[in-house]
Amino acid sequence: MERRTIFAGWKLPMLLVAPQLVLTFVFFYWPALVAAYESLTRTDAFGIHVTFVGLANFRSLFADPLYRAAILRTVGFCAAVTALALGLGMVLAVAADRELRGRDLYRVLMIWPYAVAPAVSAVLWILLLNPQIGFVGRFLVTHGIRWDYALNGNQAMLMVVLASAWKQVSYNFIFVLAGLQSIPKAVIEAARMDGARGWYRFRTVVLPLLSPTLFFLIVVDLVYAAFDTFGTIWAMTEGGPAQATQTLVVKVYNDGVVNLDLGSSSAQSVVLMVGVVALTALQFRFLGRRSGA
Amino acid sequence: MATLVIEKLSKNFGPIEVLRDIDLELASGEMLVIVGASGCGKSTLLRLVAGLEEPTRGRIILDGRDVTPLDPSVRDIAMVFQNYALYPHMSVFDNMAYGLRIRGLAKPEIQRRVQEAATLLGLEPLLARKPRQLSGGQRQRVAMGRAIVREPKLFLFDEPLSNLDAKLRVSMRAEIRRLQRRLGVTSLYVTHDQVEAMTLGDRLLVMHRGVPVQLATPMEVFDRPADAYVAGFIGTPAMNLLDATLTAGGTAARLAGGALLPFADGRRPGEEGKNIIVGIRPEHVRIEAGGMPLAIDLVEPLGSETVLLGRLADETMLSVKVHGAWAGGERTEIVIPSASLHVFEGKSGLRLDPAR
Repeated sequence: MERRTIFAGWKLPMLLVAPQLVLTFVFFYWPALVAAYESLTRTDAFGIHVTFVGLANFRSLFADPLYRAAILRTVGFCAAVTALALGLGMVLAVAADRELRGRDLYRVLMIWPYAVAPAVSAVLWILLLNPQIGFVGRFLVTHGIRWDYALNGNQAMLMVVLASAWKQVSYNFIFVLAGLQSIPKAVIEAARMDGARGWYRFRTVVLPLLSPTLFFLIVVDLVYAAFDTFGTIWAMTEGGPAQATQTLVVKVYNDGVVNLDLGSSSAQSVVLMVGVVALTALQFRFLGRRSGA
Repeated sequence: MATLVIEKLSKNFGPIEVLRDIDLELASGEMLVIVGASGCGKSTLLRLVAGLEEPTRGRIILDGRDVTPLDPSVRDIAMVFQNYALYPHMSVFDNMAYGLRIRGLAKPEIQRRVQEAATLLGLEPLLARKPRQLSGGQRQRVAMGRAIVREPKLFLFDEPLSNLDAKLRVSMRAEIRRLQRRLGVTSLYVTHDQVEAMTLGDRLLVMHRGVPVQLATPMEVFDRPADAYVAGFIGTPAMNLLDATLTAGGTAARLAGGALLPFADGRRPGEEGKNIIVGIRPEHVRIEAGGMPLAIDLVEPLGSETVLLGRLADETMLSVKVHGAWAGGERTEIVIPSASLHVFEGKSGLRLDPAR
């Protein structure tokens, strides 16, 4: 059933959509256009002279081994966060998708981390993992493991991956659970009657029917890991030690806001923007195909 | 080919008793139809046999082996679901082959069996299609095919025709019956449709509120319903059930309106004034001058016959089925022939047979 409301004229409809358009323009299009423009310029050290330099910022960016390292690091980071968040979300959803005592409570508890602000979750993880004051951190240190994420880049990376994935597990949990529950029960029962058991049944019946959900989640998780983890990473490591946890987004902030290399930072933003557009297009195309099926 | 024995099977969902003490015995190759209104427990009974639900008490013995504790995957039972439950991501061929692959059959054997079932059901041109590209009737066939290729000991049908349109339902009904006869597989068939039940079953099990009420051949259920519930449930239009009392000596029934209906087949036990229910099928009521007056409220022409819905003098509803079209007016006179009378106890509703 489709309900349509037809407005006469164009003034009222314009008025009604104006707030959204204004917000989108002020907070998205305007900064994006400024970034695109600045990516083509170079500002002197005092911020007085702005020179148009064409694509020089992009050329030096892709020639920079540090930037290439950041790309690789970000890819690895995204893959790790996505795999961990989706894997855990799926395991928990499968566990929750059956007759359980206190099922509703369990589900609510699962969904909570999603509501925790990134900086707060970062602080929680620091309070757990700090080698001096953290519960887990001190446990590791007293048991002979040289745990210090402020010095060891790999440990720092492990920590930001854990913290970032933890926040996203809830989201994956909700969607996988919804996906599982939308599989007709009779289909699973038919598979049982056909003799399919356990993992085989899951692999041949449940997983294929879940795949649209999983694909959607992979894209969402990649976007999350690439762009929405800044708050978590910045609060925990500020990209350190020695850039070990500096993903592309963190690098944009570091180069532009901290080191005031506005041209390069803007160029990086434009590259990221292209990345988001590509991922979104992928997702739209896929969702379009699914609804068309 | 296998026998099925069900002993004292009961199922509770929490405090609610859904099934109580079901005893059942199916001969090899027999088709038993379980019929009842929705909520009578018939689907639960089927799911217990399938193994999809665990019984609270009782045993299920298939082909001499107690399968009660077994997982459905190892019971060697195939089930056709109401909404077909095909695997949406698999082709028709793979839907049918799925269970065979799990059993580790060789490829040529799988090919042969699926091909055979497809030929039997007219599915050959559709083998490469996905379920969503099939019509309801075709999906139904695939679901049947998936059960057939397994060559199981027992077929279970859970209202398999209820999602089809009326015309298709009639032809699929005949097809199912033909297939089941030909393959000779012992079958349990659940339905709420009494026409399906009458036409498909070697025997019928009529259920009411979790309890089996009557287990007999379709014609026996029709001719000698075990109680007033079965009498009203089987047959269209439903049997007229009229409140009455027993006369002295148990030789006749006195209707609430005062009319006297003598019993043709003997006296019923009980004292004078005992509450009874007399049943008369609409097709047995005769239109005859000099009988009880009937005011006709509604005429339902069905083509070859017509159903009249009317009221007796005391406002008791009564339906009458007559051949051909109804040419009479809004009033007529009817006679209830003694030979076609069914008598039930007023309180329990149980059939009241003549005393010997």
